[in-house]
Parts: sequence; C-alpha cells; structure tokens
Amino acid sequence: MLSPAFLSQLRKLLPDHCVLHAREDLVPFESDGLSAYRNTPDVVALPENESQVAAILRLCHANQVAVVARGAGTGLAAGALPVDGAVLLVLSKLNQIRHIDPLARTATVQPGVRNLAISEAAAVHGLYYAPDPSSQIACSIGGNVAENSGGVHCLKYGLTVHNILKLRAWTIAGELLEIGSDTLDSPGYDLLALMTGSEGMLAVITEVTVKLLPRPQRAQVVLAAFDDVAKAGAAVGNIIAAGVIPAGLEMMDRLAIQAAEAFVHAGYPLDCEALLLCEVDGVNEEVSDDIFTVHEVLAASGAIEIHTAESEEQRLRFWAGRKAAFPAVGRLAPDYYCMDGTIPRAQLPHVLRRISEMSVEFGLAVANVFHAGDGNLHPLILFDANQPGELHQAEAFGSKILELCVEVGGTITGEHGVGLEKINQMCAQFATPELTRFHEVKAAFDPDTLLNPGKAVPELHRCAEWGAMHIHGGQLPHPELPRF
Amino acid sequence: MLEIFIDRIRAAHAEGSPLILQGGGSKTFYGNADEGEVLSTRTLTGIVDYQPKELVLTAHAGTPLAEIETALAERNQMLAFEPPHFGGAATLGGSIATGLSGPRRPYAGAARDFVLGVRMIDGTGQPLRFGGQVIKNVAGYDVSRLMAGALGTLGLITEVSLKVLPKPAAETTLQFELDETAAIENMNRWAGQPLPLSATSWHAGLLTVRLSGAESAVHAAQARLGGELLHDAAAFWQRLRDQATPFFDKRPLWRLAVKPTTPPLNLGSAEWIEWGGAVRWLASDLPAGTLRDAAKTAGGHATLFRGSAPIDGAFAPLAPALRALHRNLKQRFDPKGILNRGRLYPEF
Repeated sequence: MLSPAFLSQLRKLLPDHCVLHAREDLVPFESDGLSAYRNTPDVVALPENESQVAAILRLCHANQVAVVARGAGTGLAAGALPVDGAVLLVLSKLNQIRHIDPLARTATVQPGVRNLAISEAAAVHGLYYAPDPSSQIACSIGGNVAENSGGVHCLKYGLTVHNILKLRAWTIAGELLEIGSDTLDSPGYDLLALMTGSEGMLAVITEVTVKLLPRPQRAQVVLAAFDDVAKAGAAVGNIIAAGVIPAGLEMMDRLAIQAAEAFVHAGYPLDCEALLLCEVDGVNEEVSDDIFTVHEVLAASGAIEIHTAESEEQRLRFWAGRKAAFPAVGRLAPDYYCMDGTIPRAQLPHVLRRISEMSVEFGLAVANVFHAGDGNLHPLILFDANQPGELHQAEAFGSKILELCVEVGGTITGEHGVGLEKINQMCAQFATPELTRFHEVKAAFDPDTLLNPGKAVPELHRCAEWGAMHIHGGQLPHPELPRF
Repeated sequence: MLEIFIDRIRAAHAEGSPLILQGGGSKTFYGNADEGEVLSTRTLTGIVDYQPKELVLTAHAGTPLAEIETALAERNQMLAFEPPHFGGAATLGGSIATGLSGPRRPYAGAARDFVLGVRMIDGTGQPLRFGGQVIKNVAGYDVSRLMAGALGTLGLITEVSLKVLPKPAAETTLQFELDETAAIENMNRWAGQPLPLSATSWHAGLLTVRLSGAESAVHAAQARLGGELLHDAAAFWQRLRDQATPFFDKRPLWRLAVKPTTPPLNLGSAEWIEWGGAVRWLASDLPAGTLRDAAKTAGGHATLFRGSAPIDGAFAPLAPALRALHRNLKQRFDPKGILNRGRLYPEF
C-alpha cells in the first residue's frame, strides 16, 4: 500500500484528472493484453508532459516506490501488470508526433503515439514505419521499443531495434538519458540495443526517433496450400535458398485456416494441412521477377494449390484472413492462450508434431500461426477459463511448448517479451551466470530495483524452486542453488 | 580449447593485470592505445554451423572474415554489413567487437543489426552465452548487440551467430558529376524513393551510387537515374570499404558521423562522404573540440579514426549520465578493468 503522504505528494505533481485512485477508475488498468493476469493498481499516474514524468520518477525514487510503465496496454506477456505498492505510470497522454523530417526520413514521436499513426502521418511523404505488430492500430511506439516488437514484415525489414535511431529516456533517479543520435551510430556502448526490448526495467522512454522507409512501389502475395505441414516448412527454406527475402512469409495450420476462413471468408482452400502466404514487395520489376521465382519454388516444393492475388483487393483479403487469425481462433473456444516461441525453421515439422501430441495429452486443442520466415511460432491453445482447472492446464501446456522451443535451439519469446508470464521459462533458457549478468545490467541503470520489479528476469531462487518441479533427463537445472 | 582463454582471463583477473584482446590485428589503429599482454583469438577458428536456408552462420571469433565470406559466396550469400578488412587478416570477432560496417550499411544495416547471439568470456573469466541462432529473440536484455562496438571492453567474444543474406542478383554502379550540396541532397532524396540503393559515395565532385537487386529492378533504376556507368565498380567499393585509396592515408583522419541531410561542413579540408551523407571523412589538423562541436551541432559525433588521439580520447566524450552508465556496465562485466583497458574511453 502507498502511504497517504506519498499520494498527496504525487497529486501535487499532476493535475487532478491525471491521477486515478478511485477503484472504478483503476480497474481498466488491472491487466494488459494478457488478461489471465490481473492486479488492481494502487494508483495510476497519467503525465501529460516529459517534465511530469521526470518529477514522478524523482518522487518515487526518493520514496523508494516502484514504478511500472505502461503504454497502450496491448502487451501479451503481463509486462505491464501492476505491482503492489507501485505507481502505474501510463504514458498514453504523451501522444504527440513531434516532427517528421521527410528528407532525412525520420519521425520523432512521443511514446504514446500509436504504431500505425506514424505510418499514417508519414504517408503524405511516401514513407512509412516498417515494424507492424498485429496490434498496430492500438499499440504504441513506447511499448514497441520496450518489447522490441516485430510483426509480419520483420524478416525483410527488421524488428524495432533495427528501425529506431534515438531515445529520450529517464532513469528512476530522474536523470535524462539521450541514447542514440540523428546519425547512424553513437560513440560508446550500444545502449539503444540494450534499451530495446528491456521491458521497462531500465529506464522510462519519453521520446523515440524512428527511421522511415520509402513505401514499396508494389506488393504482391502468393497463397499456397499443402497437404503436409513438413512440405510447407521445407518450401519456406527453398524460397530463401532461391535468394528471395519475402516481405512477409506466414504459415497457418489446418485449424487456424478453417477458423480464419469461417470468420473473414478470405478465400482460403479448406482441404489442406498448411497454408503459406508469401508476400514480395519492392520496385515493380523486382516484384514481377520474385513472384515468378516464388511460384516455381512453391510448385517444386509440392504445393497442391497456388494462387497469386489478382488484384489489390484480393491481396488484402488474403492478408485479412491471416491478420484475423487470433480473433478467428477466439471464436472456436471461450478463451485462447497465445504462445510466442521461436525455433530454427528446420525444426518446424518436429515441433508441430510434438505440439499435436501434447494437445492430446493435455486435452486442449491448438491452432498454429507461424511467422514462418523468421521461425516465430504462435500456437494458440484453446480452453475455457470457466471450466475449473482449464486455465491451469493451458498454462502448463504453454510452458511445455516453450521448453520444447528452447530444446530445439530456439527461444521462449520471439516478439511478445517475457513479462511475468514467461518468467519461469527464462530459467529453462538461461543458466545462473547469464541471469546474474541480466540482474547486473539492470542494477547498472536501476540499483534499487524500482522499475517494473519482478518482471522479465527471474530471481535465482525462483529458478531453483521452479527447477525442482521440472527435472529434465534426470538433471536438475541450477544444481548449484539451494532449494527452499 | 576455450579453457585456455578462460584460464588466462581468470588469472589476469586475479592479478589485476591488463590484457589486449586481438584477432587478426587489422584494426589495432582504432580507438585509444591500450595496455597489457596480447591475448590472441587466432587459434579460435572455424565455422561452427552454417544453415543457408535459415540465413544463420555461427563461427568462432578468430575465424578470418575471408574464410566466412568464401563459405557464404559458395551459397550465393553474404555479410550484408560489408565489414572492412583494412587489407589485413580481419577476423569475425574483431569485426563485431569494433562494430565497423562498410558501404552497404545505411541500406542493409550495421554489424550490430546482424548479430543474433554471442558466446563470450567476461572480465572475471566467466563464460557466458547470450542471444541464439534465431532471428527473433526477445528473452533477456540484448547483451549480444551490446558487445558489438564495445571494443572488447566488456568481454572476449569467442563465438558469434549472424544473420546472413542472399547476394543480390545484379549490381550496377553509376556516377554523376555533382557538387557537394547537390550530392547530399540527391543521396537523401533518392533514399526516400523506392530505388534499390545499396551504397553511396561522394568525393571530389563525383557522386557514386550502387544499385543492387533483381536485374530488372537495377535496370529500371538505372534508366531512371541516368549517370555514367562505372566499369570496375566492385574494385571501387572494395577500396572504399577497406580505405585503400590515398585519401585515407592522410593523418589525422577524422570520421564525422552526422545527420545525413547535413549541408557541407566546410571545415577547410577535402571530404569523402559515405553512407547517404551520414559519414564525412576528412583529414584535418583543426582542434578536436572544433570538429566535435561541428559533428554535435549536426546531430552526431566525431571520431579520431586514424592518427594519434586527442587528450580526451578517440571517441566523443559522453554526457555525464551516459558516462556513469558506461562505468557501471564496465564495472559489472570487468570489475578489475583488465580487458582492453582504455581502448574505448581513457577512464576505463
């Protein structure tokens, strides 16, 4: 609980309407996009400018009160879950596009600006911001930086870390950090990379300068159906081996295809085990050449049906199915739980086979949506939270999937972040020395552990406790740690 | 094999005796003078794994860049950041530790952009592994990218996993006679249009532009831009990448990184412009402070690239808050300050 004295000081820093403390005002902030995790915040601060952010941080630092930064709240890993006794610092009112420089191809924006709003504002100059997470109509750029968000185009255009130039950020002590620059690099350590994906654990961002790219002259999509998931997986590798880097390369399995088709009538073939959507973009002539190559490779890889979108309208419809895959799957069951592992692509058939075996074991259906180009797998586990024990089963199933991803040489999170959700699986991915270094990196920025405490990097004793329940091949992870 | 390095760093840590980490020694000029005994990675060689279909290559730090580039070329792939060799036996580890990139950098990305994971040994002799061999990975802080450009001051890189890319099917280089102002303007304007640019250079009244991509796309862009075709283009870009032209022999050689649209700096010396206007090379005897102020005003920073470093070091001094963070990070990865002492900043 926060003391009345602290709250009254906080209220002095902000206009009345920027501090929420009535129960009914706090409830909307109790979770982010992962609503299975809820905790009502003690207080919500909604600063309207950078100096208010700095003042709040200084106050919290002086009183040793924790701070959880939150953007649009679309995160999927409970990274912005309120922490007891902390201030929830919501940055959505910092929503101004400060400056677009069309010749230098940059946009300088506040953290609460929505991802898509940047591209909309840049469109008049023929430019756009490339990373496009599925939530791009709602998610904000500050959160994108905090999570190093990806999207369907990142094989070709990179993640957030590849598309930002500069940050203004504040330490918990209220000190300004100007990280990066208006040029392509900066002297010293690459703190821009360190900040990107740091899940609000190192500093609070108040301004982001992003790179803008020229809008491709043309984009074209090919849809291919396969009677076997392994063939579709191999086709992805064959496209890349042919020298084409598609702008988007997505795969869906049978259940996902059927759900999407029933939901948006995208025109997907239904009698298949896997569907590939391969988009190429660029200058007109290049797109024509690449489409030809992709077509040939897909045919040689055993596709049973291949369709090239015949119009822009059809291209968008093909994509609408993929983009609506999550809500479409959501219609199949009262709840779904979205996982986010990444695997070396060659492991796809093995991983999908294991997932379908586990699906039987846990008694829960699963639909798979896959950013195939970059190996990022989103299994959607279907369950009903109103059935006693099902949420727990879904979580246990999800946990097994992530451990499987680590086992085959991948990672527990490709783009959603660790947050609180995957904190135990961090123990499967990293050993004690690496986790220790992560804590030390945090301590270099935030020695009192006040920014988003308890998220992203597990305490070592937590791994010991978790490890005691997860014994692999007769070997305890972290055998060096005391067990409590 | 790694044990030798672990033992050596542990011993140095115990004694507090500094080590100079070195690969092929092709970039010893870069950064400030360091002190200590040389610890060479040249025995730590070999490609560990290369999966062309996954676009991922993993190799030991001491592997010569040339060996890696040959293996990639056999599968029609490349290191898209075009790391310079500087005429020497550049290694993978050294390329990542210096974080230097070549002409393709503004259009394809820098060394750090292609790092997927590293194995390293920190300043206490602790082996560590960060990142991995997959393109998307947000578990934990991005320590692998932090190692790119850290000049070995946070740890000895022992293995690197990189994203690699297919070689473009066609490349063409065009030249235009243009003054500096017009060249800077064109580099930026063209970069904002859907053109397959892959390198730009301006020097002595000549703007040189490389186009890469599908044959048809390169031809279409060529028809649109005009200019004169440069015939020995590969050699031109190779020389620029390795600074193997007389322009780069002059000392002190400064690298001013600026906002790409910055108009001519007019600092009284001939300039060589790269990276779409974002890098301006010049040999200048002007005081370091003058050059640093000019770069800072232009949104960037100045580095003494070759020649004897000024009193505050080769790299632009950091603002106090960032300086404190650098010290904190260094302290945690190398508490005794034994790795490449002073190479990045004189104070550590």
